[in-house]
Amino acid sequence: MSRSPAALAAVGPALQPWRANLVLIVILLWFAVLAGRALWLQALNDDFLKRKGESRYSRVLELSASRGMIVDRNLEPLAISTPVESVAASPGDVEADPAELRKLAQLLELRPDDLRAKLADTRREFVYLKRQLPPDQAEKVVRLGIPGVFLQREHRRYYPAGEVMAHVLGFTGIDDRGQEALELAFDQRLTGQPGSRRVIKDRLGRIVEDVEGIRAPRNGERLVLSIDTRIQYIAFRELREAVLKHRARAGGIVVLDAQTGEVLAMANLPTYNPNNRGKLEPGRTRNRVVTDLFEPGSTLKPFTAAAALELGMVKPESIIQTGQGQLTIGSKTIRDTHPHGALTVAQVIQKSSNVGSAKLALGMPAEQLWSVLSKSGFGLPPRSGYPGEGAGRLRAPKTWKTIEQATMSYGHGISVSLLQLARAYTVFATGGELRPVTLLRRDGAAPGERAMSAKTANAVREMLEMATQAGGTAPRAQVSGFTVAGKTGTAHKLDGRTYAANKYIASFAGFAPATRPRVIVAVMIDEPSAGEYYGGLVAAPIFSRVAEGTLRVLGIAPDAPGNKAQHLDENVPLIREEV
Amino acid sequence: MTSRLVFLLFLALIGSALAVVSSQHKARKLYLDLQREQTTAKQLEIEWGQLQLEQGTWSTHARIEKFAVSRLGMMAPPPGRIEIVRLPQKDKP
Repeated sequence: MSRSPAALAAVGPALQPWRANLVLIVILLWFAVLAGRALWLQALNDDFLKRKGESRYSRVLELSASRGMIVDRNLEPLAISTPVESVAASPGDVEADPAELRKLAQLLELRPDDLRAKLADTRREFVYLKRQLPPDQAEKVVRLGIPGVFLQREHRRYYPAGEVMAHVLGFTGIDDRGQEALELAFDQRLTGQPGSRRVIKDRLGRIVEDVEGIRAPRNGERLVLSIDTRIQYIAFRELREAVLKHRARAGGIVVLDAQTGEVLAMANLPTYNPNNRGKLEPGRTRNRVVTDLFEPGSTLKPFTAAAALELGMVKPESIIQTGQGQLTIGSKTIRDTHPHGALTVAQVIQKSSNVGSAKLALGMPAEQLWSVLSKSGFGLPPRSGYPGEGAGRLRAPKTWKTIEQATMSYGHGISVSLLQLARAYTVFATGGELRPVTLLRRDGAAPGERAMSAKTANAVREMLEMATQAGGTAPRAQVSGFTVAGKTGTAHKLDGRTYAANKYIASFAGFAPATRPRVIVAVMIDEPSAGEYYGGLVAAPIFSRVAEGTLRVLGIAPDAPGNKAQHLDENVPLIREEV
Repeated sequence: MTSRLVFLLFLALIGSALAVVSSQHKARKLYLDLQREQTTAKQLEIEWGQLQLEQGTWSTHARIEKFAVSRLGMMAPPPGRIEIVRLPQKDKP
C-alpha cells in the first residue's frame, strides 16, 4: 500500500495478463464444473434422470399366463382355467368422495369401513378390494369411473366333471396354485410363467409403442391323465349306488389297465364338489383309495397260495386238511365258520378257508411269505405320482410270531391301500410281473418287475377264476360273456387295538377277462350296515357291473360268449367266506 | 455452390424429419390396431375355454344317461341280444 498511483499506473500494464488469466481460469473452472456436472448427470449417473423421465411415459405390463388344462386320456377337458375379474386399487391415486366410496362398497359387497381401511395406506401401490367377481359386476365397477380403482384379471379353475373326479384332480387355491391331489403333485408343470413387457403409454393411457418384451409369458403345460372319463363315471355311479344301498360309511374303487398299470378310474365316497367348496368338510377331500390303509382280509390269500406254490411246497391239487374248521395256535384259535374238511389248495382260495391258508403259511418260513408280499408291492408306496400315498404296513419277518404268520396269510396284521391291492393283482394278471401304476397316460406297456414265476402266477389266476364260479365265494362277480377272476375279502375293522365285532370292510379285487386280463378292478366298502357285509355280496356285484361297463367301453370282445352272469339271480346259493 | 448444397441438405433434413414424424404416427396407429386384434384374440380364447367348459357341463355322463333312459327310452342291450362280429384276421404287419 506504499505505492503511489503513478507507480500503479506504471505497473498496471504489467499486471494485466495475470488478472486476465485469473478471470479466464475462474471462468474455465466454472465451465469445467458445469461440464463435470453434465457428465455426472448424463453419462456417469444417468439412471436417475432416465428413470424419472421414463416413469412419466413408460410402463411395465404384466402378461398373465394361464394354468394348463387337465384332460383325460381321450383329451376330454377335466380342469380348465378361465379368467375372472378382480377389483384392485392403488390407494394413493384414489380420488373419490364418500358417496362414491359407498357405492363402490355396495357393488363389492363390502362394508364401507372395511373398504376405507383397505384404502388407508396410501404408500401401497396395489391392494385387492375384492377378488374373482362375475364379469357383469366387474363391469359396473368400471363404470363408476373412480380413478385409482381398476380391474385385475385373474384365473379361476373349473372342473366340469365335478364330484365324480374330485379326488383325482384336487383343486387350486385363489392364487391358482394347486392345493390337493394331482393339481398339487403336478403344480410345477401346470403353472404358467407370467411374462412382462415394457410399453409407452400416451396421455390417455393407451399403449402407443411396444418398447421391449422383457420376458415372454409361458402358458402351463397340458396334463394328459390315464383316466377315462366314461369308465370313471361308471365306477363312480356303481360305487355310489352300493354305498347308498348298504348304508356304508365310505367306499372306494380303482380300475387299472392290467397290462400298462394305468389308472383308468379312481373314485371315492364321500366326495365333494370342487367347483363349490364353500362348506367343505375336511375329511371329504381325502382320496381314500390312495391314502387310507385297511386290513385287507381274504383278498390277500392268493399271495399266501402263491408263496407256497413258488416254494414247491404244494401243488394246486395238493390236499390240505381243514378238518372241523379250527386251528389252535398257542392260546388263539383260527376258525372257519363252515367246516370244509379236506380241500385242495385251489379250493382253499375258492372257498376262502382261513384254516387252510393258515396251514399253508405255517408250512413255510416267514421270509418266504414276506418276500412274496413285498415283491407284490405291499409295505411300499405304489409311486403313482399322487401326493400322500399310504405305504401300508408289512413288518419284517423276524418280528412275526407264529400266530401273526398265520393271520397274515389271510390278511390280518397287515395294512394296505386299495391302490396297492389293485396293483398287487397285476402280478396274477400279467403272469408274474408287478407293473408300475401311473395316473398319467402311458403309451404302451411299462416294464414290470418279476414277483413270481409265470407258472405260479397262472396257477393262482386259475384259482381266482374258480372263486367266481359255482362253489366259490364270489359268483356275483361274474360278467355275462366273459370269464372273470378275483377274490373277496371281508375283514373286521380295527377299533383301537381290538377288532370291532360288527364293523366290517367288504372288498373285492379281481380282473377280467380271466383268460387274457385287460382290466383290474378293486372295490372297498367301509362299514356296510344294511345287513349284508360279506365281500361276495357287497363288493363283488360292484366289480361285476364296473368290469362289464369297462370292457364294453374299451371294446373288448367277449372271451366266453356262453357265460351268463349269475349276479342277477338272487337265489344263487352263496358260499359265505370266512371272516 | 456450398450454400446451395447446404440449402438442399436443409430441405432433405426437413423432409426426413417430417417423414419420421408421419411414419411414427403410422406405426403407433398400426400398433393400436394390432393391440385391438390381440385383445380380440385373447377374448376369443377365453370364450373358447368357456365354451369348452359349457360343453363339458352339458355332456356330463350322468346327464346324457338320464336323457337316454328317460326321454329316449334307451337301455344297454342284454347279453343275449349282442352279436359279436369278428373281423377277418389280417396278417400282422
